[in-house]
Amino acid sequence: MSQGVTHFLEMGGYARFVWPAFGLAGVLLVGMLVQSLRAYRQRQGELERLQQDGRGRRR
Amino acid sequence: MRLSAAVLPWCAIATALTLGVGLYLALFVAPPDYQQGEAVRIMFIHVPAAWMAMFVYGNLALASAVALIWRHPLADLAGQAAAPLGAGFTLLCLVTGSLWGQPMWGTWWVWDARLTSVLVLFFLYLGYIALVNAFDEPTRGARAGAILALVGVVNIPIIKFSVDWWNTLHQPASIMRMGGPTIDASMLWPLFLMAIGFTLYFLTVLLIRIRTAIIARKLQVLRMAELEPDEDFAGARSAS
Repeated sequence: MSQGVTHFLEMGGYARFVWPAFGLAGVLLVGMLVQSLRAYRQRQGELERLQQDGRGRRR
Repeated sequence: MRLSAAVLPWCAIATALTLGVGLYLALFVAPPDYQQGEAVRIMFIHVPAAWMAMFVYGNLALASAVALIWRHPLADLAGQAAAPLGAGFTLLCLVTGSLWGQPMWGTWWVWDARLTSVLVLFFLYLGYIALVNAFDEPTRGARAGAILALVGVVNIPIIKFSVDWWNTLHQPASIMRMGGPTIDASMLWPLFLMAIGFTLYFLTVLLIRIRTAIIARKLQVLRMAELEPDEDFAGARSAS
């Protein structure tokens, strides 16, 4: 079992090229998603606060 | 906004599914290449990233044209939301290409036509992002960026045909070519799934970013409306 995993991870001797390629893809895709979601939540929060303030003042 | 809210969760689920199955096929099912061995698996990231780099630029150029010709406000937002994603895919394409080039060609980088034109594409994305944000007045920035994006379209056919027009170290097209693909189905399917996954990922994140931009616009309008009475008050006070 562990031999199979080691064999897989070795990637036929190309591990130091294959894994960084897949790793960078993961980091970039997840990073862009997280950054975009964070910006969305931040703006959405600001909008809700502003709208609440507006309503409070009108009252 | 309502349509994007309905589509977004489905896009996200489809992205996770296609990328999950695509990764499984790419890493476990696709056979090693008879010449390149396991290093060929880099293709399953590199090629979809390269396609996305060009596809996103096509979208950016189209959005820029719509923004310049019809002045549709959503077109500018869509272009600006897409550009950083395109830059990300282009960077991924360049770095994975380098990681593939070292074991196969014996070099991380050569200044051949394909590699150089993709590097230019990366700089076009960065230039667009910088230009859009370089003006105090957002509409002027958007206009300048849209013009740059349209001028940069000339680079897309150069990238596509660079491998035919010049002698490059980079191999010629083996999938999108006359006469059909030259790679085996066992590698073609994982490649297509990864490409569809990347496309769905782009759509998902693009929708999130466009929604963010629309909210930012609303915030701007609300803040202006909030400021106005105060300004009137200040004006009245200084006049009295």
